Amino acid sequence: MNRTLYGNLIFELSKKGRKGYSLPQDYDRTHTTAELPEALRRKEAARLPECDELTVVRHYTNLSHNNFGVNDGFYPLGSCTMKYNPVINEEIAGMKAFAGLHPLQPAVTCQGALEVYYNLQESLAELAGLSEFTLNPCAGAHGELTGLMVIRAYHESRGDVRTKVLIPDSAHGTNPASAAVCGLEVVEVKSNANGTVDLEDLERLVQLEGPNIAAMMMTNPNTLGIFEPRVLEITEMVHKAGGLMYYDGANLNALLGECRPGDMGFDVMHINLHKTFSTPHGGGGPGSGPVGVRKGLEQFLPTPRVKKVVVNYDIPEDGPTEWEGFIIDWGADSSLGSVGNFFGNFGVMLKAYAYILSLGSENIKQVGPLATLNANYIKESLRDSYLLPIKGLCKHEVVFDGLVDKSTGVTTMDVAKRLLDYGYHAPTIYFPLLFHESLMIEPTENESKETIDAFIDVMHKIAEEAKTDPELVKTAPHNTPIGRVDDVLAAKQPVTTYWKALEN
Amino acid sequence: MAKFEEGLRYSESHEYIRVEGEYGYIGISDYAQHALGNVVYVDMPEVDDEVTAGEEFGAVESVKAASDLISPVSGTVVEVNEALEDTPELLNEDAFANWIIKVQLSDPSELESLMDVEAYKAHCNE
Repeated sequence: MNRTLYGNLIFELSKKGRKGYSLPQDYDRTHTTAELPEALRRKEAARLPECDELTVVRHYTNLSHNNFGVNDGFYPLGSCTMKYNPVINEEIAGMKAFAGLHPLQPAVTCQGALEVYYNLQESLAELAGLSEFTLNPCAGAHGELTGLMVIRAYHESRGDVRTKVLIPDSAHGTNPASAAVCGLEVVEVKSNANGTVDLEDLERLVQLEGPNIAAMMMTNPNTLGIFEPRVLEITEMVHKAGGLMYYDGANLNALLGECRPGDMGFDVMHINLHKTFSTPHGGGGPGSGPVGVRKGLEQFLPTPRVKKVVVNYDIPEDGPTEWEGFIIDWGADSSLGSVGNFFGNFGVMLKAYAYILSLGSENIKQVGPLATLNANYIKESLRDSYLLPIKGLCKHEVVFDGLVDKSTGVTTMDVAKRLLDYGYHAPTIYFPLLFHESLMIEPTENESKETIDAFIDVMHKIAEEAKTDPELVKTAPHNTPIGRVDDVLAAKQPVTTYWKALEN
Repeated sequence: MAKFEEGLRYSESHEYIRVEGEYGYIGISDYAQHALGNVVYVDMPEVDDEVTAGEEFGAVESVKAASDLISPVSGTVVEVNEALEDTPELLNEDAFANWIIKVQLSDPSELESLMDVEAYKAHCNE
C-alpha cells in the first residue's frame, strides 16, 4: 500500500478535469438552482476535489486502515461499553425486508417490523423493571432530554411547577447539559470519600429545595464504577420531596441480568442500545436511546408508539373474525409528541433485539457479572503500578489516578498515547473529574483472559518505561501513522477546511 | 510543584482574590492551572455584570476539562483581563500575575470566610 501517495488528502490528489462519472446527455434538467431564491444560490462553484474512481477508492481504503475498532483489538474505553457487535446482528439488520422499509408505509404492510419494535419495548421493560418504553430517541443524550421532558410533563399535568434537578458531581457531563436544554436548573450533589453520593449533602439540598425538586439524575454504578449502596434511601428521600428519580443507563451493563433500576425506585430511565446491547458506535452514531417509565407515566411518552391490539370484526360470509396485530398510535393528548424522525434508528433496534434473542434469558444474566469480574481482575492486577483512589469492589469499570510513581512527570495522557504503540485503544482519560489524572478502564464481558492478561502486561511495561525511559513515553506514540498531536493548537486554532488551511 | 502566594485569600474551588482597597482581583491559583493543564479558552463576564459569592461567573477550558469559575465574593465587575481572550495560556505561565476579573466588592466581610495561604496549602494537600 502506498501511504505516501494515497495517504495524501483527497484535495492533494485532485487533478483539474478528472472525474469518475458520466451523466447521460438527456438527464433531467427540469429542476435547476435558478428556482432557488437569490440568497441561497452559490456565487461561485464549490471547490470540490476532482479524481478518478480508482484514486478515490485507494485513498479511502488507505484511510480505513488507520481506523481502530473493536474488530481490530482491545478497546477498553471507560464509560463507553465498547462491546463486540456479533455478525448475526448485521445480517439481521441488513435483511432486505427490514432495510427496504419506508416509515410512511401502512402498518398492515410492515407487521413484522412493528412486532420487532414492540417485542424490544417489552424486553427492555422486563430487563429494566419498568412499565413501558419508547424506542424513538436516537442516542443517549436524546434519551436523557426525552426522559426529563416526560418528568416535566408529569409535574405540569398536576399543576406543579418544579425547576431544579439534583445531579451528583461525578455525573456524566450530558446530565447537566440535558437538564439545561430542558429548561431546568442544575443543583450539584457532593460525593463522599468513597466516591458515592454524600447523603448528608443530599439531605441538606432536599431540605433547601424541597418543593422545587423536579428530579434527581443518577447513574448506578456511578462514573467511578462504584455501586451506590444506599440507592434505596436516595430514591426514597427524593420521592418524599415529590421529585422523580431518573436513571442514566450509561452504566447499565454492570447490572444487566442482576438487578433492575425499576426495583431501586427509579421512575424514568434511558438505555443506550449502542452500549449495553452491543450495537456498534463511535464516530457519532447511529445510536439509540430508548426511554422507559414506571406505571402511571406512560401517557407522557412521545409518539408515534407501537401497540399490540386485538380487533374483532364481522365479515358477512365468514362471520366474526379476530385479528391480532400491531398498530401505530399517534398518541394521547398528554403525549410529548414527536421527538425525532418517526421511530428513531430502527436498524440499531434490530441489532439490539438480535443480541437479546441470541443470548436468551439465561445467558443475559451473565453479562453484568462477567463485565464486573473482568474489571476487578484488571483493578487488582494493576494497583501496584497505577494509583487506585477508591479501594474495594468496582463494577464494570475501574478508575485509576495516574501512575503510583509520578516522579518522572509521566502523565495519564502519556500512558494513553504509549498504549497506542502496543496496539491497544486508549482508555478514557481525564474523566471523571474527581481526580486529576483519571484513567478509566472498561473491559466489557467480551474479552478472554488471554487478551486481558496481555493488556495488563503492557500496562505494567509502560509503568516501568515511565521510570527507566520517561522520554519514550512522553513523546509517544511512535508506531502510529502520525505522532503526538498538538491538542492545544487544535483547540485554539481549528482548521477545518482545506482551502482555508492553504490561505493561512 | 504548585506555587502559593502570600497575602491573597483563597476559595475551596481554587480561585484567589487579591484585595486592593475597595477592589479585588480574582483569578485561579497556580495549583488550579496545574491541575487543568493547557488552558485554551477563558469565558469571562462583561464589565458591569454582577457576581455573587459562591456562584459561577465564567469558565476555564483546558485540553482536559472545562471548569466553572466560582466567585469568592459578591460585587460588580469593573474590568476583565482582555489579554486572556487571545492568549489564555497566560494562566499557565503565571496564574497569579494574570488575574481574570477585577471586582468592586459589595460586602468585604465575605473575605473573612475565605482561606489564607496556609489554610489553602493544607486544602490542596488533602
